[in-house]
Amino acid sequence: MTAPEAALTTYRQKLANNRLGLWLFILSDSFVFAALLVTRFYLLGDKRPHLEQELGLIVTSVLLISSFFANRAEVQISKGNRKGFLTSILITMLLGIAFLVGVVGFEWRLAPFGPADGVEGAVFFMMTGMHAFHVLTGVIFLLIVFRNGLKGHYSPEKHWAVEAAANYWHFVDVVWIFFYPALYLIGSL
Amino acid sequence: MKGIFSYGIVRGLIGQIVGWAAGIGLVTGIRALMGLAYKAEPAWVVGAAFGVIGFLIGIGAFRDWFAWAKGEETPDPEEIQEEPGVKRYFGFSLDHKVIGVQYAFLSLFLLVVGGSFALIFRVELVQTGMQWVSLNFFNTLIGMHGMTLIVSILMGISAMSNYAVPLLIGARDMAFPRLNAFSFWLAVPASLVLVSAIFTGGFDTGWTGYPPLSLRAPMGMQMFFVAVFFAGWSSILGALNLIVTILRMRAPGMNMFRMPIFAWATLATSIIALTATQLIGTSFQMVSFERLFGMGFFDATKGGNPILFQHLFWFYSHPAVYIFVLPGLGIISELLPVFVRKPLFGYKWVAMSSLGIALVGFLVWAHHMFTSGMEEYLRVPFMYSTLLVAVPTGIKFFSWVATMWMGRIRFQVPMLFLIGAIIVFLIGGLSGPPLGTVSTNLHMHDSYFVVGHFHATMFGGFIFPLFAAVYYWYPKVTGRKMNDLLGKIHFYLLTPGFLIMSFGQMQVGLLGMRRRIADYDPAQGFETAHLIITIAGFMVALSVLIFLINMFVSAKRGEVVTENVWQSRSPEWTVLPTPAPMHNYPQPIRVVGDPYDYGLKGARYVEVLPQQAGD
Repeated sequence: MTAPEAALTTYRQKLANNRLGLWLFILSDSFVFAALLVTRFYLLGDKRPHLEQELGLIVTSVLLISSFFANRAEVQISKGNRKGFLTSILITMLLGIAFLVGVVGFEWRLAPFGPADGVEGAVFFMMTGMHAFHVLTGVIFLLIVFRNGLKGHYSPEKHWAVEAAANYWHFVDVVWIFFYPALYLIGSL
Repeated sequence: MKGIFSYGIVRGLIGQIVGWAAGIGLVTGIRALMGLAYKAEPAWVVGAAFGVIGFLIGIGAFRDWFAWAKGEETPDPEEIQEEPGVKRYFGFSLDHKVIGVQYAFLSLFLLVVGGSFALIFRVELVQTGMQWVSLNFFNTLIGMHGMTLIVSILMGISAMSNYAVPLLIGARDMAFPRLNAFSFWLAVPASLVLVSAIFTGGFDTGWTGYPPLSLRAPMGMQMFFVAVFFAGWSSILGALNLIVTILRMRAPGMNMFRMPIFAWATLATSIIALTATQLIGTSFQMVSFERLFGMGFFDATKGGNPILFQHLFWFYSHPAVYIFVLPGLGIISELLPVFVRKPLFGYKWVAMSSLGIALVGFLVWAHHMFTSGMEEYLRVPFMYSTLLVAVPTGIKFFSWVATMWMGRIRFQVPMLFLIGAIIVFLIGGLSGPPLGTVSTNLHMHDSYFVVGHFHATMFGGFIFPLFAAVYYWYPKVTGRKMNDLLGKIHFYLLTPGFLIMSFGQMQVGLLGMRRRIADYDPAQGFETAHLIITIAGFMVALSVLIFLINMFVSAKRGEVVTENVWQSRSPEWTVLPTPAPMHNYPQPIRVVGDPYDYGLKGARYVEVLPQQAGD
């Protein structure tokens, strides 16, 4: 084995470790969200909080579309298209910020209850707050990846940070796929 | 002065103080801008959390990760040669063996602290009436004894698994050395926050922190929550690291069923710690937010339900006891063949029983809630799932007995503790089914019988194996053996002391002693029993003191050991020099046989591969 080949083998082994580590982290984190879902159904049962349906649909669409661009960013960098990668990361990030504005900026204000007003408020603010915190960390992660991408730190062979950011972003998105029906659709007012 | 600052822990402590003050200042400042008066609780909660982060920044735990975020390269941990010496034990070291020893020190420190709490309230219980502590302080001590020792146990199992697992599986280090050091140093400021609960008003809920009482407890409750939250993250990240290490870093030739049992036990433990720990963090966070923001999760007047807390809490806190005991039981199975000179009986069954306990452990939590007022139809299913735990645990007992049967037992100090562990854990195990059965549980719930049962499982499943592990691997750490005579005195004081204590607790429990209460009616007639329990408790404390003295004295004066002192077949004794060098195995090793074939002619386990060319 030549030296560069050996280096690539080591890198691939580390990459496999990193991937497993990230999946375990996601598994662990999903228990937080599972606990919050349990809380929602235990306390509210078949009732749902009074929320803005149109806004819910809009933010959900925004987040789902952002995941598409996160995936596109990863595909572009593995093909070596740096410009397409940077554009996709930027769009993902902006959609993520739009989601945050929609949930924290609008829905939190428009909701007819505050966090201290009964169990509906507690459940709603805890669930959306915990999710928004994860979206925020995801946006920061994407920002770091974007900045390092601008400096040209990623190559088609070595772009673990991009992959990790994208997978984390998909995870946050999947969580919302469970949270959206739990908060907006299931149950009666 | 410059010399002091070169110790990472000093920089960390300064960082914690600065962070704590910054957090208090930030909250107070924001509230002042909003026109609100100073309020202690939110300021101190944010202060405690910022303090933990300040500690980590101070010690340099984020340095490499910040560098990555800025797009800089950092040296590969395998290429870092740390300066040998005592100093690296007080700073941010990436060597898993150093981190293991650091964990052990933190664990023993907290063991002493938490044990002293128990001695204080045990003295109070000798007589009826209140003698020398206030009621609130008594309650605080009960809760602090519980949580300090839980953190101590979490640190202890991390110590054993961090030190031993990479050596046992032939790895050069853990999969993520930086994360490993981060997990340890996260626990240090968390422990300090936990101890600070005493000085910020204490709390009167015991370690379980049940609402609605925890909603009204003094501010110490919040320090307790913050501490558990961060200690929980330490445990989660440590578990993540161990799972990746065990699944991906094994030496060539070591398939899953040639893995040492201790690695299996650590794997099973880590699966629980990785997932279930989130639930205690979330449930405590919810109580904390209820106190801070008035969110009504557990307040019935707002439509909340305190039973929900118990479900979330016990979903972690029951599997947590398997987190505590599985590594200890793994240590018993791991070390027993060494001192019996016979193969481990039923290797595959023992390996699978750890996973079995871990998986069944997820399904039993509500047996803590038989009297809580939860849905009654849940009682019987949870009773059956609870009793099911006895099956994989029984497999372990049969394996230990069958391993010892007809063996040539060497009664060296670690072996004494293994025998002690088996006996004590048997008592803990046998006192379990009466508590797991609904009909008897309704009578014994919240009595001292539970205390006796629980302490027997913790001593048998953790404390005794921990001591065995320390005596066993001590030469690998220091190059010296611990004193045999002191070790034997330690054992012969600890075992009878503990048995008297545990049986005494069970007896007063059956006579009607409630747990966690500061005073009892003299007419119940167990003052003498309480006196005996307290004396036995002091015997246990004395034995631990002897152990600690032995540990420190032997580091300088112990008998020098260079070779395979226990005649083990494990590669860390057969291949590595003593004490173990940095980055473990200088040459790659290959596993060619089964780990426990003691006494079988021609059995081989590991062989050293020649160094690869061009490496």
